[in-house]
Amino acid sequence: MTTLAGTGGLVRLILRRDRWLLPLWVLVLALLPAQTAAAIDQFYDTPAKLGDLYGTIVTTPGLRAMLGPVFGATLGAITVWRAGLYFTMVGLASLLTVIRHTRADEEAGRRELLGSTVVGRHAPLAAALLVTFGANLVLGALLAAGMVGVGLPIAGSLAYGLSMAAVGWTFAAVAAVAAQVTEGAGGARGIAVGTLGVAFALRAAGDTGGSGSGIGWLSWLSPIGWAQQTRAYADERWWVFALPAALVVLLTAAAFALQARRDVGAGVLPARLGPAEAAPSLRSPLALAWRLHRVALVSWTAGLALLGALIGSVATSVGDMARESTQLKDVLERLGGEKGLSDAYIASAMVIFALAAAGYAIQATLRLRAEEESGRAELVLATPASRRRWATSHLLFGLLGPAVALLAAGAAEGLTYGLVGGDLGHQLPRVLAGALVQLPAVLVLSGIAMALFGLLPRFSPLSWAALAVAAFLVLFGPLLRLSQGILDLAPFSHIPKVPGAAVSATPLAWLLVIAAVLAAAGLVGFRRRDLVSTA
Amino acid sequence: MDATAISVSGLVKTFGPTRALDGLDLEVRTGEVHGFLGPNGAGKTTTLRVLLGLLRADAGTARLLGGDPWAHATDLHRRLAYVPGDVTLWPSLSGGEVIDLLGRLRGGLDPKRRADLLDRFELDPRKKARTYSKGNRQKVALVAALAADVELLLLDEPTAGLDPLMEAAFREVVADERHGGRTVLLSSHILSEVEALCDRVSIIRAGRIVESGTLAELRHLTRTSITAELVRPPDGLVELEGVHSLVLDGTRVQFQVDGARLGEAVARLSAAGIRSLTSQPPTLEELFLRHYQTDAAGADGRPREGTSR
Repeated sequence: MTTLAGTGGLVRLILRRDRWLLPLWVLVLALLPAQTAAAIDQFYDTPAKLGDLYGTIVTTPGLRAMLGPVFGATLGAITVWRAGLYFTMVGLASLLTVIRHTRADEEAGRRELLGSTVVGRHAPLAAALLVTFGANLVLGALLAAGMVGVGLPIAGSLAYGLSMAAVGWTFAAVAAVAAQVTEGAGGARGIAVGTLGVAFALRAAGDTGGSGSGIGWLSWLSPIGWAQQTRAYADERWWVFALPAALVVLLTAAAFALQARRDVGAGVLPARLGPAEAAPSLRSPLALAWRLHRVALVSWTAGLALLGALIGSVATSVGDMARESTQLKDVLERLGGEKGLSDAYIASAMVIFALAAAGYAIQATLRLRAEEESGRAELVLATPASRRRWATSHLLFGLLGPAVALLAAGAAEGLTYGLVGGDLGHQLPRVLAGALVQLPAVLVLSGIAMALFGLLPRFSPLSWAALAVAAFLVLFGPLLRLSQGILDLAPFSHIPKVPGAAVSATPLAWLLVIAAVLAAAGLVGFRRRDLVSTA
Repeated sequence: MDATAISVSGLVKTFGPTRALDGLDLEVRTGEVHGFLGPNGAGKTTTLRVLLGLLRADAGTARLLGGDPWAHATDLHRRLAYVPGDVTLWPSLSGGEVIDLLGRLRGGLDPKRRADLLDRFELDPRKKARTYSKGNRQKVALVAALAADVELLLLDEPTAGLDPLMEAAFREVVADERHGGRTVLLSSHILSEVEALCDRVSIIRAGRIVESGTLAELRHLTRTSITAELVRPPDGLVELEGVHSLVLDGTRVQFQVDGARLGEAVARLSAAGIRSLTSQPPTLEELFLRHYQTDAAGADGRPREGTSR
């Protein structure tokens, strides 16, 4: 086939260009799960302890939303759960690799250079997919070998390795399609990463309820969910692998078909034209910020509202389910479910909203840094717009955006919970309050991002590290029996579990003061420092 | 109105260990087009960023339109427009939206002028910024700046991404601006552009101005190349002060001569009877290269004396 001529040479070229990057992510993702298994084995060294941990996971929606479902009280099954985020990471690494060697090359004009040599039209895509598929196979094999190495069963290890590779293959194929669609690599990356995000969100939403609940089927819409539903180390279900296999074949065929119909450099989606003149309202830094933030604001608000509606609709049935199992009931009550099991479920799901809203808060606030680094801030700040006006226009979205998103999540959750339970008037305000008390903790993260931006701009990405630490402490801190002093470092630890617990205003007020001080320090710092752009 | 639009003295700006500006002096008179000449990395962009109050100088003083660029940034920005060297735009906005936004932030722009400039630069304002090439992004920033009613234009290598036709259009537009009485500080590393457009020129090297003056003054410092065919061998050319790279081949001579000695040299040729004479006027390029071909010892800013005699 002449359209594939030169594929072998391109494979070697990719391996040469990625000789550090590719082995890095393959090795890290292949070897970390065995590390995790060894660590869990050391910590939970008796079946009873593993059983306790299993019970906690099953009764904590936040843990399942973050990492996935757990299918057994064995070391293997719990390791697969604990390493749940690696599925997403392997998907991310795979899709970025494919885009990097297809659309990004095309955009940079390197593809054209190759096209003039003896390289077939389909060769670059074929080479990128071959390398990424191969890397995932190696990753899966190494992963399985590592798990067998720490003493886990061979069948489960194989299923686990294969499920990781399946996620990698799926998102490589997703990226192959995305790379055909847009003209820019940024757009293609956005589509592929967005698909991964939706897959994660579907799985997270489905897993909050658990398999028996009304929303468990959502996990089955997600390739990440499929990987977990193969149930490695818990009576493997090999037939599930048929789903990713079929999807990969379908997407790969679609990518090649799309490629055959388009010109080099062009996308399937035509570049749309915009207005020749700006709307009369586009005349201030705030109006510009609204244009730049509105898609994120609407997406986050809609996403959290949807998740809230789903969780609210199943909360009643989750309570009923847990009531039937005495073991789970014990665990749940030990976890501090004070009024009812359903209330406890609702309250513990609030942590997910808070963490998501904090992620949004940081993203929106750090838009300032992105604008500065790209040099776009310079364009605005060379006009009579003052630094304070420009910075507050973005900060506003970092503060109010998460508030709107939390409000929508709480309202949607309270609405469905109240409608299912038949006492809307009673439940809606309680659930809404549960969502809104999270806001002060979320705003502390906006404050941290703003302070870093204003005072130590180069370290702005550390805001994400702060969120990661806070999330780790609030999700896993109690599990690891960390001392209260350490847990208190996370702003979310100070939020009362509403509905259920009593609300005390003092910690909330303190969190608000801290957030305000951090944000103000960032604003003052920014007015005094140099503008640092990489351009 | 002040006679000087920009006056900078002893400006120092360091980034970590690098000294981007090292005692820079610069004076731009009101109403002139001032060329700010130097290669990449010499400190042109840093100077402009200090003048815009985006960077804070470590030492020295800078006055812009009679104010302090750091303390009075917003007030001063009402009276100027800036085009950065590497223009990045908001990918989701159309070119027209960016032009209008920047114009309105500067206090409004003239719609007729906007339409005229779009026409002259052949820019489609409906395209999304993400689809623009580097040159087209630059045109967006140029149209926004030139259509604004301001006293001072700060242009940082504005033609770096433009094709030759557009460069010509740009030159016309800047010439119009000068007639309109606006002050322009034009940074560039393209000598012909500066020669064609500017009243006065400052040459920057390693964060300092090494030469500053009108083109005529600077030309005076440069050498004219002469090739002549004479009736008889010339007298006294070898001894003449200011003659360089002399090649004497019977009645054919070839040499370079300092601007100040040109008349004398031609008089001696004339005394020997001229059959043919070609003279190449000094270019800014020569002056420029003289500053940039010097070794580290020449970094004190004085042009090195020619040694080839």
